[in-house]
Amino acid sequence: MHIVVCIKQVPDSAHIRVHPVTNTIMRQGVPAIVNPYDLFAIEAALRLKDQLGGRVTVMSMGPTQAEPALRKAISLGCDEAILVTDRIFAGADTLATSYVLASAIRTLDKELPVGLVFTGKQTIDGDTAQVGPGIAKRLDMQLLTYVSRIVEVDPAQRRIVVERRAEGGVQILETAMPALITMLEGSNEIRFASTPGMFRAARATVRHWDRNAAGIEDIKLVGLKGSPTIVSRVFGPTPRAEKAKSIPFDPSDPDSSAANLLEHLLNEMPKVRKELEQRRSGTQ
Amino acid sequence: MSATPTTKPVKKRKIKLDEHLLAYRGVWVFVESERGHVHPVSWELMGQGRRLADQLQVELCAVAMGAPGPELDTHCEASFHYGADRCYRVASPVLRDYRNEPYTQALTQLVNAHKPEILFLGATTLGRDLAGSVATTLKTGLTADCTELAIDPEDRCLLATRPTFGGSLLCTIATLNYRPQMATIRHRVMPMPEPQPERRGLIVDFEPGLVEESIVTKLLDFLPDALDDRQHLPYAEIVVAGGKGLGKAENFRLVWDLAGVLGAEVGATRAAIHAGWITPDRQVGQTGKTVRPALYIAAGISGAIQHRVGMEASDCIVAINSDANAPIFDFAHYALVGDCVSVLPALTKAFASYLGKPFKEAT
Repeated sequence: MHIVVCIKQVPDSAHIRVHPVTNTIMRQGVPAIVNPYDLFAIEAALRLKDQLGGRVTVMSMGPTQAEPALRKAISLGCDEAILVTDRIFAGADTLATSYVLASAIRTLDKELPVGLVFTGKQTIDGDTAQVGPGIAKRLDMQLLTYVSRIVEVDPAQRRIVVERRAEGGVQILETAMPALITMLEGSNEIRFASTPGMFRAARATVRHWDRNAAGIEDIKLVGLKGSPTIVSRVFGPTPRAEKAKSIPFDPSDPDSSAANLLEHLLNEMPKVRKELEQRRSGTQ
Repeated sequence: MSATPTTKPVKKRKIKLDEHLLAYRGVWVFVESERGHVHPVSWELMGQGRRLADQLQVELCAVAMGAPGPELDTHCEASFHYGADRCYRVASPVLRDYRNEPYTQALTQLVNAHKPEILFLGATTLGRDLAGSVATTLKTGLTADCTELAIDPEDRCLLATRPTFGGSLLCTIATLNYRPQMATIRHRVMPMPEPQPERRGLIVDFEPGLVEESIVTKLLDFLPDALDDRQHLPYAEIVVAGGKGLGKAENFRLVWDLAGVLGAEVGATRAAIHAGWITPDRQVGQTGKTVRPALYIAAGISGAIQHRVGMEASDCIVAINSDANAPIFDFAHYALVGDCVSVLPALTKAFASYLGKPFKEAT
């Protein structure tokens, strides 16, 4: 079976700093990583390959700088990597992104039919969880989001059973392939790259697909031009109108600070007082 | 991010709609129900929908989907109590349990038939699954996890604000020449409106024409979650939360101690969870849970936007941090600049004595 994993290279959000005066992102020195949620998608695909054989292609839309993310996926065991990259893809929102990735998967499907597409549940930079469903709808694939476990795959019958995290419980769903699955974090234990894997990743050729290679039919649907949403404003948070009341703190006498705070809460915050009074011994 | 008016002017971008898009009118809220229960986020959205519909001078409509029967009818009636003028009732045995395919088909058909200008869904696993599919099928814009919703009075456009860049800044997103404008909003971000039981509205039936045989995905089973106290976190009236400023995993015990005395729930920042100090279901913030307690005690939390959007609706925020410049002091009500390791035990002792609870001094 041919499995495609869609991944994204993202800035490591733990290292993002905002310029205190201009409120702009300071990009210098922020390391780029594979979106952490996507690692669970890669692992799920590789486990199916270990179990059933077949081929795993990893794909990403992004600038040429995103190549290391694809090499990382190869080092883990993916067979091939495709970077869908073209200047006109820049500025895409989720709708335009799903159009490009769906077009590329359709093109790849002609080389070797695709049975499953995996994505992470969302990215850590956009946090939208919209691209996976978008690709599934455009390719008319069955969509299984927030999958916590793949129970059973039968390539001959084109049948798959999964556990899906729903509100208040877990759904056990059966569907027909081709299907698109977004994997939940923690759904599997991610493997480490092997030394041969790392050598292979260093030598591997990452295929670059531009708009023609990816089979884009309508360039009005890609990039900024193909995006229905625009960011009209980026801004920092506003401080509360009233300044915080300062509770003086003396390291040699923490108890009086604590007593001071309690007194403020009881005198100035009626809702807090009510909650505390309800909790006094005997009244709860 | 709060009701405070912003000082920077919004960069004006003229959005002109095509003739056929001008027919899109009204604000819709998708009423999410699974296994007989409406998810409370739907009513929270109804409150926001009411406000925006009044501003736009249009109807607020609920969309209730499910198997035909008294349960679905109850949901329709409840939608009026929370502010809807009209409720589209989409009843079909195929819609008994949530599955992407039939729900996407039904909601897409309904939108195409009745053309709303705005459509809100809860940012739940169901809502995100459905919203992403419907927006792609309709080829329109969708903004996820909004924390603030407003209408541009000049061109009636929805201005949806959400955290961006991993929760380090906020951005306002508008939808260009596409309708409906879609957005998802997370549970507890918006206040729950007071229901008005005497309020009535108009139920409009919509026949989705679904046939079970043509739906590929089948639900084999549903395993309900065991009820567990972590689900109380979003509704807790007192929350004690810890961040990386606690220094090390062992110090998180001080947070648990204080929470124990207060009868509070424990929360944490993304950083504390990534450090492995506490389980992910305790995360408060954009990618975790949203809380609205009477009292939120933030210990060793810097106050990044990603965390702030999950707790700033608290009635009273007490911040303890040794860094006097931490952003959390910009929106806390009480600021205590000091080391959590000495402040927290003192607070635990003070609250224990006020509440008349036994307290053992740490040795």
